[in-house]
Amino acid sequence: MRTLPPLILLLASLAGHAETPQQIGKIYATEAATQQAGFTPSAKRGEAFFRQRFAQNDKMPACTSCHTDNPLNAGQHAVTGKAIRPLAVAANGERFSDPAKVEKWFGRNCKEVVGRACTPGEKADFVAYMSEVR
Amino acid sequence: MKRIALSLLLGVALPALADRLPLPADTPASYSAECGSCHLAYPPALLAAGDWQRLMAGLNDHFGTDAAVDGKKGAEIKSFLERHAGNATKLGNAGNPPRISTTARFIRKHDEVPAKLWRDPRVKSAANCEACHRGAANGNYSEHDIVLPSPKR
Repeated sequence: MRTLPPLILLLASLAGHAETPQQIGKIYATEAATQQAGFTPSAKRGEAFFRQRFAQNDKMPACTSCHTDNPLNAGQHAVTGKAIRPLAVAANGERFSDPAKVEKWFGRNCKEVVGRACTPGEKADFVAYMSEVR
Repeated sequence: MKRIALSLLLGVALPALADRLPLPADTPASYSAECGSCHLAYPPALLAAGDWQRLMAGLNDHFGTDAAVDGKKGAEIKSFLERHAGNATKLGNAGNPPRISTTARFIRKHDEVPAKLWRDPRVKSAANCEACHRGAANGNYSEHDIVLPSPKR
């Protein structure tokens, strides 16, 4: 499966198939590479993004507002108080396994916290960090 | 046989004894996924049909958050909420935008909760049923099963 071309992965994702975080990261990385030649995902950049204070939203200035400083920990919704399961794959194996769900939450949370849509490169970096963090 | 009789008896007696508000059997998966990610998937009986309709019509600005859902899921969720909505007269006015916590029923049921507790960071908001009703996700709102966050030392 990992050797299949990204287009097929993308099609599979649209059909709601389960994927691995690596496959999902690869979809974003491939998309990023079309905009920026030689793009390689970076967990380090992903971490910086996760910790960045965007300050677009008083209640949720950063990803960490709800997901805490440590993605291995459970979080808490900054407004409603609802518990949020860890973002890191090492702590929550369900993360980054459903491409439609990943895309939905990037869509919602980037708009709300970052104040704009995230780029494919930012998404690829973010997935890399969440997949690797221990 | 005895066990069956007991469970039958409990099945009849429990709803009367406790506030049981489990999600209906026909709850669509989209309701839990779309509405239950940021807050508890609230029992639909806690708002009247008209209030659910107003709420669903304004999801793109849902208490400051864009919670819009796509057309097909939105229609499915709306019809589910309408089907199981509560009695408007018994619930009382939910305000506009409608909030469960604005209804007279909610206020009456929570009139013993001190203001300080609502502000506790572990509670955060009246949206966080599970902070005190630990069994809320399973529909258990019984006052016998409430665990108030203990005072911080």
